[in-house]
Amino acid sequence: MEKEANNVVIDIKNLKKSFGDLMVLDGITLQLHEKENLVILGKSGSGKSVLIKCIVSLLQHDKGSITVGKHELTDISEEDLIKVRRKIGFLFQGAALYDSMTVGENLTFALSRLKEKFSKQEIKDKITEALENVGLPDAIDKMPSELSGGMKKRIGLARTLVIHPDIILYDEPTTGLDPITSNEISNLINETKAKFNNSSIIITHDINCVKIVADRIVMIKDGKVYKDGKLEEFINDKDDYIQSFFK
Amino acid sequence: MPKQLHKSDGVSLNFTLSHVKEQYAAFFIDMANATEYLKTVFKNFATKKFEFQEFLKQCYQIGNKSVSLISVTGVIIGLVLTIQSRPPLVQFGAVAMLPGMVAVSIIREMGPVITALICAGKIGSSMGAELGSMRVSEQIDAMEVSNTYPINFLIIPRVFAAIVMIPLLTLYADAIGILGSWLGINIKDTMSLRYFINQAFLSVDFQDVIPAVIKSFFFGAVIGLVGCYKGYNAGRGTESVGVAANSAVVTASLLLIIVDLIAVQITDLL
Repeated sequence: MEKEANNVVIDIKNLKKSFGDLMVLDGITLQLHEKENLVILGKSGSGKSVLIKCIVSLLQHDKGSITVGKHELTDISEEDLIKVRRKIGFLFQGAALYDSMTVGENLTFALSRLKEKFSKQEIKDKITEALENVGLPDAIDKMPSELSGGMKKRIGLARTLVIHPDIILYDEPTTGLDPITSNEISNLINETKAKFNNSSIIITHDINCVKIVADRIVMIKDGKVYKDGKLEEFINDKDDYIQSFFK
Repeated sequence: MPKQLHKSDGVSLNFTLSHVKEQYAAFFIDMANATEYLKTVFKNFATKKFEFQEFLKQCYQIGNKSVSLISVTGVIIGLVLTIQSRPPLVQFGAVAMLPGMVAVSIIREMGPVITALICAGKIGSSMGAELGSMRVSEQIDAMEVSNTYPINFLIIPRVFAAIVMIPLLTLYADAIGILGSWLGINIKDTMSLRYFINQAFLSVDFQDVIPAVIKSFFFGAVIGLVGCYKGYNAGRGTESVGVAANSAVVTASLLLIIVDLIAVQITDLL
């Protein structure tokens, strides 16, 4: 199924997802626009990660629709799903680096298996560029076990950037990091957007990260969108639940 | 006086029935998942690029991990079979048949089955744990979202490496087992290795070797497919890694015995 959506890169309508009797997403509707950093905020277990896993079809939604670019994901063909995933980069919460491979091999892995074929020199140049973009040009021969938490996130981001995605989904990019590294990662998200003009969904409950990266915020509560607006609207909102995040 | 039923009896009965129902349902769901898994593995093998480098790496891993254990076990099996079989053969004055009898037992049954069971423990558990930990740490998800077909990279090379390496390890175990048998004979008697081998292979022909080798290809497939299936479909918690490894060994060992039974029946008919 193909659709045209003006300036909207991801369009989610009335999305529902449950695990057994537990309803995790209960009619989520939201849009991600071009060159926008959209933060999805909510307490742990509110379904934020489930939502972005539905966007890349790691989880199948029960009802509603997700449209990425021109492709609607319900009953999508394998061929179209490859096209959708080609546009999206996903930074996992624990970075999910392949622990039997070096940093260089981690970055080469996806790049050498794309439909577009690159020469060895082109792959090497792209890896060097991606590592420079995340500030770790010397980490190429290191194993993931030799990296700190912050370095793993940076390499995870480099692995995402190396395929030049239009959209990046960040799953709690600053969780488990100290405040300084956390700020560095948040700034890196902004730098990435400025450099590559991509759109991003950032799942987090780290308010410092929200303040640095958010163009717009969607708050999820009980599987529904609780509030959708700019950072200032959230900060000035008198609602107790919203203020419990921002105080 | 009839026993009076209490409310708790009913609860217990209901619990048992629902538990049995759940177990049946889980069994059939598992069967459906396993069928779907096999279908995907064969489809991807037929349609997608074969990861040859990873296949070679897995062959090395399987051989390297198992060869020392198989050497020790092979020698001991040969020794034990010889020591146990000698007294009755001496009683019937047929001790000259000892090399041939032990060689046939090792080549037809003991070599393939012992090798497969050792590999189910060593390789199957390792596949289950490795893929299970990759599932828990979202590495498999990361491969999936980057369009790199985890089944092609993680499962197909491992399964084919097991299919290739288990028969080779079986032949090696046969050779080591026969050598162990020669050592066993030399505890009580004196026999040269050349004479022992001549005697042993007088009783062995291709009809003993070929079915055993074919059988061990299937053993390799069982170990690879089950180990990978259990690891690939592990749950999300850290305890799932242990469960996957354990389940891989138990299921593969059981299936190996069933496959052996079927193979023996088929060989018997031919």
